[in-house]
Amino acid sequence: MKPIRMTGLLMLLAIAPVAFAADYVTIPAGQFVSALAIDGSTSRIALPSFAMRVEPVTQADYLAFVATHPEWRRGRVSPLLAGPQYLAAWQGPLTPGPAVPARQPVTEVSWFAARAFCAGEQARLPSWYEWEYVAAADATRRDARGDPARNQALLSSILASSGNRPGTIGRHRANLYGVHDINRLLWEWTGDYAAMFPNADARVAGVGATLALCGGSALAFADKNQYALMMRVAALTALKPADDAPRVGFRCVRDIHGE
Amino acid sequence: MRLPRHLLFLLSLALVVPLAHATPPAAAALPENSVYRIPALTLRDQQGEVFAFDSLRGEPRIVGMFYGSCQMACPLEIEYLKRLRHVVLAKSGRSIPVLLVSFDPARDDAAMLRKVAGEHHVQAPTFRLARPEHGDEGMLAGVLGIAYRQLPGGGFSHNVKVSLLDANGRIVASANASGTLDRAFVEAIVALRTGH
Repeated sequence: MKPIRMTGLLMLLAIAPVAFAADYVTIPAGQFVSALAIDGSTSRIALPSFAMRVEPVTQADYLAFVATHPEWRRGRVSPLLAGPQYLAAWQGPLTPGPAVPARQPVTEVSWFAARAFCAGEQARLPSWYEWEYVAAADATRRDARGDPARNQALLSSILASSGNRPGTIGRHRANLYGVHDINRLLWEWTGDYAAMFPNADARVAGVGATLALCGGSALAFADKNQYALMMRVAALTALKPADDAPRVGFRCVRDIHGE
Repeated sequence: MRLPRHLLFLLSLALVVPLAHATPPAAAALPENSVYRIPALTLRDQQGEVFAFDSLRGEPRIVGMFYGSCQMACPLEIEYLKRLRHVVLAKSGRSIPVLLVSFDPARDDAAMLRKVAGEHHVQAPTFRLARPEHGDEGMLAGVLGIAYRQLPGGGFSHNVKVSLLDANGRIVASANASGTLDRAFVEAIVALRTGH
């Protein structure tokens, strides 16, 4: 036990400046039209102001979390809350190892684990709308979704990185809000991802299951130009909450009280 | 900026590391796939009684989720579960307790739960409507396969999945609590109640 503990501590010390720099930026209140048509294609979504993590949660951040939350270590966590691929690329439960650089987004973490991590920093997973609202921006515009060149660039970067682990954080300019890497590096869990096709309930028997298959995500899109976004929704909705996928990570948000 | 952060971090480490290694032994008795192994969740039922979710282990139970201001699916869900309890009682000589947890704690206060329970004539502890007091009800929803999402109008999109838990919290069977009773689900409950 002792050497492992020491290693964990040393690693923690090495990454401490990063692990403690969980910066959040304020996202101003606003309205937008979601590209998803699931709540009716004309829905204007009004969001109050909230705070979002500037960066996806990193491997280093996650190591600090499991160091202080032993119930979330690989090998200890219940199989209901994290599947066999949980942190599979790590050498050991407290040793990410050289294959997973500290500044990469953590992936292979279940939706449950992501929720617990965010709760641990007095935050929560974003809703799909919160995520989509921030991801609609580019470096200069709050809503850049109408720009074909931007949409093509996002799609190209997804296709180019397909199959690889997510790259290093911070290689691209932050968006207008100061948020990094929200569109390119990885898919991100949202708190309500499992309810994106809510008609999987009994009121419309049979329809939900069909829609939840990959092609269905295109049907649910009001804006068919958001192809990168469709791929994201298809990827997320194919997952069960205990799944741990190599390209799925997360970031957290906080409510701003008084909003 | 860096130095104070470093110091702060060292201090916090000194505080948390000894605690982190003192793992509570209580959870060890539960099977590893027990729903009662979700992070601690404290509930308050329609009678005002506060209890820990994992204190319910020891008896088989039907568990689902709902929200009180729901006009359509949730009233049907509650009536479905009442019918289910009658059928199980008729077939096995014992009924089965039900727990429905609200995913709308902001509006489902104790008064709302009492009102809904009164409208449907369901009583704790055999038919509990409960709201989360502390902890993350989303974890419960996740392990039970219950999906919900708040709509712009304030209501929720959600499914009405209910699950049969054995005494140790393992999910034995699940069903959609709407329409006609699911025969396989009834049989699973009866089998668990009669011990074969």
